[in-house]
Amino acid sequence: MNLEILKTPRGIYNSLLILLCIFMPWIAPAIGQDFFTDVFGRIMIVAIAAISLNLIMGFGGMISFGHAVFVGIGGYAVGIFASHGIESAYIQWPVGLLMSGLFALIIGAISLRTRGVYFIMITLAFAQMIYFLSVSIEKYGSDDGLTIDARSDFGIPFYDLNDALTMYFTVFVLMVACLLITRKMVNSRFGRVIRAAKSNDERMHTIGYPTYGYKLTAFVIAGMMCGLSGLLSANFEDFVSPDMMFWTFSGELIFIVVLGGMGTIMGPLGGAIIFLLLSEVLSNITNSWHLIFGPFLILVVLFARGGVEGFLAKFEKSPEAKS
Amino acid sequence: MNYTLLAEQFFNGFQLGIILFLVAAGLTLIFGIMDLVNLAHGTLYMFGAFFASTLVAVTDSLVLGMILALPVMLAAGLLLEFSILRTLYERNHLDQVLATFGLILFFNELFLIVWGPEGTGINLPPYLTGTITLPGGITVPEYRMVIIASGLLVALLLYVLVSKTRVGMLIRAGASNREMVGALGINIKLLFTLVFGLGAVLAGFAGMIITPITQADSGMGESILILAFVVIVIGGIGSIKGAFIAAILTGLIDTMGRSFIDVALLQIMDTVAAETAGPAISSMMIYILMAIILAIKPSGLFPPKGA
Amino acid sequence: MLKKLILAAPLAAMLAVPSVEAAEKIKVGIVLTLTTPASIMGKQMKAAYEVAYDHLGGKMGGKELELIFEDDGLKPNIGKQKTEKLVKKDKVDFLTGYIWSHVLGASAPVALKAGKIFVSANAGHSLYAGKKCHKNFFNAAWENSQNSMAMGTMLNQRGVKNLYILSLNYAAGKQMVAGVERTFKGNVVGKDLVPTSHKDWSAEIAKVKAAKPDGVFVFYPGSWGLAFFTQYKQAGLDKTTPLYSVFSVDGANLPVYQKRKMKHMIGTFNTMFWAPDLDNAVNKRFVADFAKKYKGQIPSHYAAQAYDSLMLIAAGVKAAGGDAKNTDAVRKGMEEADFGSVRGKIKFGKNHFPIQNFYARQVINKNGQWQLSVRQTVVEDHAPVMSNECKL
Repeated sequence: MNLEILKTPRGIYNSLLILLCIFMPWIAPAIGQDFFTDVFGRIMIVAIAAISLNLIMGFGGMISFGHAVFVGIGGYAVGIFASHGIESAYIQWPVGLLMSGLFALIIGAISLRTRGVYFIMITLAFAQMIYFLSVSIEKYGSDDGLTIDARSDFGIPFYDLNDALTMYFTVFVLMVACLLITRKMVNSRFGRVIRAAKSNDERMHTIGYPTYGYKLTAFVIAGMMCGLSGLLSANFEDFVSPDMMFWTFSGELIFIVVLGGMGTIMGPLGGAIIFLLLSEVLSNITNSWHLIFGPFLILVVLFARGGVEGFLAKFEKSPEAKS
Repeated sequence: MNYTLLAEQFFNGFQLGIILFLVAAGLTLIFGIMDLVNLAHGTLYMFGAFFASTLVAVTDSLVLGMILALPVMLAAGLLLEFSILRTLYERNHLDQVLATFGLILFFNELFLIVWGPEGTGINLPPYLTGTITLPGGITVPEYRMVIIASGLLVALLLYVLVSKTRVGMLIRAGASNREMVGALGINIKLLFTLVFGLGAVLAGFAGMIITPITQADSGMGESILILAFVVIVIGGIGSIKGAFIAAILTGLIDTMGRSFIDVALLQIMDTVAAETAGPAISSMMIYILMAIILAIKPSGLFPPKGA
Repeated sequence: MLKKLILAAPLAAMLAVPSVEAAEKIKVGIVLTLTTPASIMGKQMKAAYEVAYDHLGGKMGGKELELIFEDDGLKPNIGKQKTEKLVKKDKVDFLTGYIWSHVLGASAPVALKAGKIFVSANAGHSLYAGKKCHKNFFNAAWENSQNSMAMGTMLNQRGVKNLYILSLNYAAGKQMVAGVERTFKGNVVGKDLVPTSHKDWSAEIAKVKAAKPDGVFVFYPGSWGLAFFTQYKQAGLDKTTPLYSVFSVDGANLPVYQKRKMKHMIGTFNTMFWAPDLDNAVNKRFVADFAKKYKGQIPSHYAAQAYDSLMLIAAGVKAAGGDAKNTDAVRKGMEEADFGSVRGKIKFGKNHFPIQNFYARQVINKNGQWQLSVRQTVVEDHAPVMSNECKL
């Protein structure tokens, strides 16, 4: 990254997003809205889930309508261990990531045999299945969820997730890591295969690329990244419940990616910030905020193709520069 | 084994299947012909329920209210098509999913404001509130018989329309090869509007006839929508025959699961475990069915030719 | 971070000169569900808080009272976010409301960590009555299984031998079933828990008919009740098998049952800690003033709980001489609960859940308005079973 990016509107916008995330713990108290630090923590956690969805949907063309389920799996890894008094992050986190990866492998292996609308629907169906399963398990709170009494313990002196700032910046660092991983992956040979498969799967097959394996790998990586979002969410909220994998949240994730600019590295973060701030503001204005939000969604789809990133890219002279 | 109960549950499953078919038929046609993923199809179902409830209350007649509701549903569906959905035809699936998701949010909220949080409902007239006893001691509510009969009638009309008329021929052609219909010089826009209107009325009809049983509340469309998606995916998108078979199959499996799975589980595990697992498994059954079918046949049971 | 906040608080107080007047106010944050079809309860509760506000003369312990309402949209994460906002931005002294256990489970820790007193006005989360009880956590309603335990006792009293149990497959639904099974002495001939997405009970009703019980226990709140009771009649079961319900027939949905002409609901029994015709002066005034405030409706138990919640807080503030920041004194006052409750008398166990009577109530048609009427006392001074697990 160099200062060149600051010369384009997208570069300025992307830098602003990152700066906003870094300095929110100080900006919020300064403007007398302390709780905005919490709001931004939550935004970044949702952003991680959106980044992982963007990886398969934006770059790979796999529209998963059940992505929220991985947030739930990651979250429950923390919740279930914590309810048994196991607070070590070195158990909770690897298991959470492995489980999300494993579920992604199973769901992906079946779903990727289908395409188009079938793929959208089968991912939705799997998510519903796991949602109903989690509601049925009374031992782990059923729909009441699990309140988590102690956050993941890393056993490192002076590093304690119970400290609000430590938690906030843990989320921030991991989010940036996910952004960097995405960029690295997308620009790699692996990423080029995935992107090519999006535009023409059959041709890739013919020239000898086993796209199924590539797509499945991407799906599993995205599932694990989304599981990370769940691990963080459980720690941040001190709470997990089946609600976090309900299908409407999967729909919201799709919207966040599209709003921010699908298939761009930074799009999901911008989308998450705009979406969550907008719903916060609208819900404070009126209880019937869906009446405004629904049409807004439609307008974004109809008139703002490419999302915010796409809009800003129009002001650039040269064709799309790599961010 | 209690055979009377088994027969009654078979009947109940069939009735659920009929409702699912009415919703799924329109959905699968709209998918198959216009390539439109319409999440707001459940909203059309909700339209039927609320419009009919109000009209039945106003006219104080079940039959009259329901008949008057049909053109209202058609008008509402067409209005939606003209204003928003038409622009979505050439968009990708993602845009369609999102825009129609927006429609769901909007209409759920609107109906909540207009009809209040308690929703609305239809009271059955006395001549439909009784039960019928069939041979073998099987008793079924009269109104559920009405649902089955009217649902089958509509299914039959749809079959005749699709397989015996010129419009039906175009619909079938459109479902298997969209470009060809356009090349034949057919007014494709008109055909699309027609198909959408048909789908809207079918979904609305389903919402209307189920309301005396389930009552109507804002958000009722979403649970049926997800089931209907399962049905058309199992049946093969674009296939009416597939939708019918998958709907009946789904209805039967769901009902039989709810009826007998707890008893079956008691044979293999203790009471506590069975009581936990029973409801969990029965609510997941149809999704498991769908996963199995798609794992074997990725385009569903009856994929239309050329798709 | 917490330490920093504690250090920063006096500093901020010094700097914030213009807010002296605001600091004098007593602020109560109230989180309810005011959207979605579930708002049918939330709106009644909001009106009841306003009635309580009027009865308090807009004051608590001699200071001006401000109520701040927030909507949780029936989602735990939104509920938590609103609670954070109330604590950090509005700087409320108390939190109350909370209809749902999952919203409470996400939100209560926020308030308790910030040292606020939290009063659940509905959600009867069983963990908070036992293992998770907290010195600053109060519940002005009940613990989830209490009411269905009372129902089990009532079924014994009425001589029901064979019972069919129907409920919803989620946490509260299972706790209701556990409650009735704990006290009911006869046979449970069948049991079905349906997922919350279901609105058609054809399969379950056929099973009920085949099992031929003397009574059906039902937990179908809100719109599930509307649909279930309709189908119960269509299947002809209303003529053969009496319905015994908990949290399914109440003041919030009776007007709807009446509007839909569901006459078979008249005469059915349910249990509850309170009824609109419970004979005491506070209750009479509450019921009368509630009707004036809210569409002429008779209040539901939800409304009664909301009213008592605010009165409970007021009793605490009064005992602390109007100093809401003196949490210890406020808590002590609340534990003594010396206020006019709509229940007649109210007392709290060491887990801060009410120890209370439960009554059998019957649906009647009085002056053309359907309502619930007390028939007899089923259990006296009932405390949640998990009270002993509370280590306070």
